[in-house]
This record gives sequence, structure tokens and C-alpha cells, in this order.
Amino acid sequence: MKIIVAIKRVVDYAVKIRVKPDKSGVETSNVKMSMNPFCEIALEEALRIKESGRASEVVAVSVGPAQCADTLRTGLAMGADRAIHVDYPGTLYPLSIAKILKALVDAEKPGLLLLGKQAIDDDCNQTGQMVAGLLKWPQATFASKVVFDEENKVATVDREVDGGIETLSLDLPAVITTDLRLNQPRYATLPNIMKAKSKVIKKVTPHDLNVEIKSDLEAVQVAEPPKRKSGTVLSSVDELIDRLKNEARVI
Amino acid sequence: MAIRTLIGAFRNHSFSSRVAPYSRSLKTLVLAEHDGGSVKASTLSAVEAANLLGDGNSISLLLAGSGPSLQEAAQHAASCHPSISQVLLADSDKFTYPLAEQWAKLVHVVQQKGSFSHIITGSGSFGKNILPRAAALLDVSPITDVIEISGSNLFVRPIYAGNALSTVRYTGSDPCMLIIRSTSFPLKPASAGSVSNAPSVDKVDTSSLDEDDAVGKSKFISISSQDTERPDLGNARVVVTGGRALKSAENFKMIEKLAEKLGAAVGATRAAVDAGFVPNELQVGQTGKIVAPDLYMAFGVSGAIQHLAGIRDSKVIVAVNKDADAPIFQVADYGLVGDLFEVIPELLEKLPDKK
Repeated sequence: MKIIVAIKRVVDYAVKIRVKPDKSGVETSNVKMSMNPFCEIALEEALRIKESGRASEVVAVSVGPAQCADTLRTGLAMGADRAIHVDYPGTLYPLSIAKILKALVDAEKPGLLLLGKQAIDDDCNQTGQMVAGLLKWPQATFASKVVFDEENKVATVDREVDGGIETLSLDLPAVITTDLRLNQPRYATLPNIMKAKSKVIKKVTPHDLNVEIKSDLEAVQVAEPPKRKSGTVLSSVDELIDRLKNEARVI
Repeated sequence: MAIRTLIGAFRNHSFSSRVAPYSRSLKTLVLAEHDGGSVKASTLSAVEAANLLGDGNSISLLLAGSGPSLQEAAQHAASCHPSISQVLLADSDKFTYPLAEQWAKLVHVVQQKGSFSHIITGSGSFGKNILPRAAALLDVSPITDVIEISGSNLFVRPIYAGNALSTVRYTGSDPCMLIIRSTSFPLKPASAGSVSNAPSVDKVDTSSLDEDDAVGKSKFISISSQDTERPDLGNARVVVTGGRALKSAENFKMIEKLAEKLGAAVGATRAAVDAGFVPNELQVGQTGKIVAPDLYMAFGVSGAIQHLAGIRDSKVIVAVNKDADAPIFQVADYGLVGDLFEVIPELLEKLPDKK
């Protein structure tokens, strides 16, 4: 079975972002960029499935500008076999990404498509569900455990839902999106980083894949959230209870 | 391929130009989540949000399930909010569990018949799982975590863990699909319980669902949930949260005791969940639950970006931490620098009892 993992290059999770003064977006030049943490988890899971002998090949895919190749290189250093970079310089919303991924799936015919549950920049939490819908494949979102039964070609997935953990069984091929608690991603070692340099990153464009990019969303502005006014540091529990009772009136 | 695209574009064009975008009549479908025979509060928040899309919006509630619990929920749906003018009922074994494959197809079928201008749901795991899939079937871009509605096609949503607010305009064809953040659309007291006119209850024909290739490819196996007497984390008026500094699951019980005393829900940071102190559904933050209670109390929580994303809209934030430089103090209304192992017992002793 072949596994495709979709990965996204985003502003590093530890960076305190700045909104551009002209409100056109968030400053991304000269900011540390990394692989989206949920995508790392998805890639790690694919690698573990391969290491357990249940997959033959792991293909990492990223859609975006030229620098996405760096993120794919990181994925190759973690252990992906090869990569596909769908080169597109402009803004893409999840619907377009899902269409691009569908086109890649149609061409590559994987048995499993793994994605992170959301990107930490747009916080959309949509792409996996949308590509599953387009492919008419079953989906398991927010996965915290994945078990394969090759004989019956099904995956049993634990999902983190509001009330607790839900277990589903999916016929393969399927789409799975990963939650934080699925695994602990590995670090790429130096020898693997060196090895990754000789692995192949194939470059294609949405046009090559016959995907028409249309946008039905228009970004009007990006603004800073309202600031909370600074609080008071109190000296005792008595003072805290008094303030909560008489000033904030919340207890 | 090119010709098909052209025809598709023409069709979309003629559809959208039939009515001018600003004078179009509003017709909203709310995807309802129900549990134990009643419609969930997050669904009612979605109805509140639907009311803000514009005047003269006719609101239909789509309810799916099977058996007596669906019938009970349908009764509740018919009287739970005065703005609901129609309840659509999909009664089938296929909907015993809320699987995305059948739900997305159902939304597709209902949209083709009803031509809704908007489709809305709440931002729990139910809505986030289902709505984007349904949007893909309808070939439209959905909008997740809407916190403000500025018009029938203008919305505000947080990005970058709530560190920026993005205003987006939906320019596509109907339906405009939204997942709204429930904490941003609280129920108006007057709307709960008061019935103006009883909505019609109509059955949805579910026979065409089998035509979708994906239906039947996923099966529900089980769900494990924590039964708790405490209020639901997403809707609680008071939330007490513990972080890594609690050190153990045993110590975390202090947080639970304090929550009991305050009639509060218990929350946790990622560190506390990862360390195994509490189950993951208590996680508050960018990837966990978003809360906006009247009072949020954080004990031994440093205040990482990802955690603050989930508490930013709380009315009053209290932080207790040993480290005076912890980032949580920058958002706290009241801070107390001290050892939580001394502060919590003192609070337990001195706080007035709450029923």
C-alpha cells in the first residue's frame, strides 16, 4: 500500500506573529517557518505504518510557493520516500488544496491519505474532510490511534470527539486526519538529512494536474485582536476572593 | 473538460445573477446536533448566529437520527427556539451515529431540494467533521470558527491561534457554509423556551443516500465518554483549569474539588493531558475546547500561545502561578504569585459554598 501525506509550511508554532500595518495579512517574511505540527504527526504515522510492514511507500506532498520544497526536504529527512511539490505562488483555500490532492490521489492511487487535522496558521480544519468528500472515501478526523487489518482492508481509528473517544472502522482507501495525541514525531538525524538531499522532489503545477483554481472567498482585512487591559497582581487569597466578590462580581 | 468547466461557469453565473447579492432572500439550514433526546446548546447558538445574517431569514433545522431519541429530539427542536420555522427530520438507521459520509450526503440532498442561502452548524467535533465534507460535495468554500457576522456574506474569524482576526467575504454561489464558534453567539434569555409559532416538521426522503459511494464505507464501533456531573466545559459559567504544575493525577483532584465548590467545569492544558492527569476532552486551547466563561481560573498554567487561544474571551481571568514572569499574567485580570498547593487549599477553605 502506498501512503500520501499532505504537509504544509507554516509560521513556526512558537513565533509570536505580527499583523502587517496595512492589515493585508500577517508578516511572514523573515519569520521562522516550519512544518505544521499536525502534518509532522501525520508523516510520523505514515512512517510507522511503513516500518511495521503495512505500507510500501510514503509520498509527501505540499502545495505552495518555492520554499515548500524546504519543508518537503524535512519530510524526506524524517523518512518519506519521495515528494511532490505542487508549485503555486498565490493564496489557496482548502477547497483548492482538496482538489489538488484529489488529482494527485487519482494519479498515484494510494491506499491511504494522511493529513493533519488543521494548519496552525489558518486554523481551518477542513482540507481532509473536503478531499475525502471529493474522493468519496470514508474519513476519520482527529485520529488518536490507527490500527490496520490488512486482510479485511479496514482501518480502525480512535477519534478525539467532544465527549471522549469514538472508535470507527473505515474501508480502505480512506482519509485520516491526525490529532496531537496520535504519536510523537521523530527528529531527522544528520545522516538522514544528508540522504534526503538525493531523494526526488517532483515539481508540478495545478495546471499540470488539470485543477482549476477558483476562489469564492475574499480576504477583506486582517486585524489585531482587541487587547485585554492589564490586570492586577494581588497579594493574598483573601484579597482575591474579595475582588472576585465585590469588584468583578463573579462569585 | 474545458467545455464542462465552461458550462459549469455559465451555470453558476446565471444562478447567482438571478438575484442581486444584497437583496437575496435568506434561507438558512442549521445542522443540528442532538444528544439524549434534546438539541444541544451549540446548535441553538448556531440558530442565534443565523438570526444575525439579516432580516427575514427563514430558519430550518436539520435533525438526523433514528428511533425514539430522534422523536424526542424532534419534539424538543420544535419548541427550543422561536426563530425556527421548519424542522427537517431524517429518520434512518444510517443516522444512529453521526457519521460524516451519510451526513454530508444528506446535506447535499437537502440543499438540492431546499436551495438554502446559508448552511450553519456549531464548531464542535460534530460540525467540524461534517460541514467541510458537505461543502466539498457542493463545491463551495466553508468558513470555520466564525466569531462575528457583519452581513449575510461578511464574517470575522480568528487565525494564528486567535492572534489575528481575519475578515472574509464570501463571494461564491449559494450556499454560504459556516461553522460558528458557539461561545461568540450566546443564547438570548428571551429566546429560550418562548414559542411564537410552532414550526412545521417535515420528513426528509433518505432513500437516495445509498447512491453516494462513500455511505457504508465507515462504521461506528464504540464511544467512550466520561460521565460527569459537572457542567459542560464549553458552556460553563466558571472554568477551573490546571496545568503541568499540578504534578500528578492525584493532585489534580484539588482542581476538581475547587470546581465542585464553584459549580465550575474543569479544564486542563495540553501538558496536563499529555502527562495523563486528565482525559483529553478537557483540553482547553487552539486544538482543544474554546471557552468564554464569566470566570476562568488557571492554576499552574504558564500561558502558552496555544492555550491562550482557548480562553481569550473569558470575562475575568484569574491566574495563580509560582513564576511571576509566566505569560499567563499578561492576560490575567487578577494574578496571584504563589504556590498553588497552598493557594488552592486556602481557597477551598475560604470560598463561599455554591449550589
